[in-house]
Amino acid sequence: MTTIELRQAPTRAHSRILGVGAYRPSVVVTNDDVCQWIDSSDEWIRQRTGIVTRHRAPAEVELIDMAEGAAREALEKAGIEGSQLGAVIVSTVTHPYATPSAASLLCDRIGATPAPAYDISAACAGYCYGVAQADALVRSGAAEYVLVVGAEKLSDFIDNSERSISFLLGDGAGAVVVGPSETPGIGPSVWGSDGSKWNTIGMTHSLLDVRDLSEEAERDGAGKAAAVLGTEAKIWPTLRQDGQSVFRWAVWEMAKVAKQALEAAGVKPEDLGAFVPHQANMRIIDEMVKQLKLPESVVVARDIADAGNTSAASIPLATHRLLTENPDLSGKLSLQIGFGAGLVFGAQVIALP
Amino acid sequence: MASNEEILAGLAEIINEETGLSTEAVQLEKSFTDDLDIDSISMMTIVVNAEEKFGVRIPDEEVKNLSTVGDAVDFISKAQA
Repeated sequence: MTTIELRQAPTRAHSRILGVGAYRPSVVVTNDDVCQWIDSSDEWIRQRTGIVTRHRAPAEVELIDMAEGAAREALEKAGIEGSQLGAVIVSTVTHPYATPSAASLLCDRIGATPAPAYDISAACAGYCYGVAQADALVRSGAAEYVLVVGAEKLSDFIDNSERSISFLLGDGAGAVVVGPSETPGIGPSVWGSDGSKWNTIGMTHSLLDVRDLSEEAERDGAGKAAAVLGTEAKIWPTLRQDGQSVFRWAVWEMAKVAKQALEAAGVKPEDLGAFVPHQANMRIIDEMVKQLKLPESVVVARDIADAGNTSAASIPLATHRLLTENPDLSGKLSLQIGFGAGLVFGAQVIALP
Repeated sequence: MASNEEILAGLAEIINEETGLSTEAVQLEKSFTDDLDIDSISMMTIVVNAEEKFGVRIPDEEVKNLSTVGDAVDFISKAQA
C-alpha cells in the first residue's frame, strides 16, 4: 500500500498592511445637539470625554455602504483589485442581520466573489482581531490578499436619552488590505477576552426579548410590553455600559496588553512613529500614554475629538487620518490596541503603509 | 501597615496629583463629588493609585460606596488589616 503524502499550502515569512481606506458619514452631531437629549453641557462632555463632534450616517446610508466606501479606498491605495482578494473580513456589531453576513454582501459589491467572507463580533477590538486573522491567513498561505473592514452604524443601536454611552458614539468605516511582504510588517498579536465582565458593556436585552416584547405589544399594547423588562425598557435593544469599570479596565489592564505587544514585537516606545488606541474616550487615551511612558516623538491618534467612538471602525479611521495629516509616518511603526464589549482586547505593532 | 493618618496623607498626595487640589483640602469628612468635585473618571484613577500605594484591592462595586475621604481611609485601613 502506498502512502499518500498530503500537500499543505506553502507558508510566507512576512505580511504587512498595504493600504488604508476610510468612510466618514456626513451628519455631524455636536455636543449642543446631544444636550437636547440629555441634561449636560458642551463643557462637561469635552472635559469628561474629549469629544467635540461625532459623525453619524443618515437613514439612507447603510452599514454596508460605509464598509464599501472604506474598502474601495483601501483597495485603491494597496493597488489591488477586488478580484485578487483571498478573504474578506468585516468586524462589526451593528450589521442588522444575524445572518447572512455583511462580509459576503461586501465581497460581492467589490467584485471579490467567490472569496471566503465572514464577520467578526469583537466590538471595539474587532479591527485588531481582523488584522490578527489576516496576518495569519496571509502567512499560512490560506490567502494572498485579505481585506479587513471595521464598520459600525452605532446610531441604529443607541438611545439618545441614555447617559452611559450613547452620546459617545458615532458611525463610520475603516478598511485595510493585508498582503505578503518582503519584510516584517505585522508584529505578534496580543489578543484575548474576559467573559467574566460580559455584562460591563453591551445590549440592554436579547433578540429573544425583542420577539417576546413585540408579541406582548401586539396583544396588549406597548405599555404592558415594557413592564416585562421594567418600566424604562423599550422594545428595541440599545447599548449600555458601566463606564467606571470599563475605564479602569481600559486604562490599567490595556496598558499591560499594549506593553506586551511592544515586547512581543521587540520594539521600544521610542521606536514607534504612532500610537493608535481604540478611540473610546480622550481621558483613556491620555492615561494610556502616561502609563506607556510614550516619548513626545510618538504621534498619538486623537480622532475621537471629531469622530466620537466608532467601535470597530475607530482604529483604521484614526490611522487613515494620521497618514493623511502626517505622510512622513509612512513606513514607521504604529502600536494599535482595540478593547471593548466581551470584554475583548487585541493589540499589535504594525508598519504603516 | 499604615495608620489612618498616614493613609489620609497618602490619599491627599494622590488626589493632589490627579486634580491639583491642595493636600490640606483633603479631609476625612469631605465628599469626593460634592466637596472635592472629583468626577467618576478621576475617582477611578485615584482608586487605582491608592491600590498600588497601599497594597490593597478596591473592587469596582466597592468604589460606589466610598462617598467621603473618611470612607476611603476606613476601607483601606480594614483591607490592610
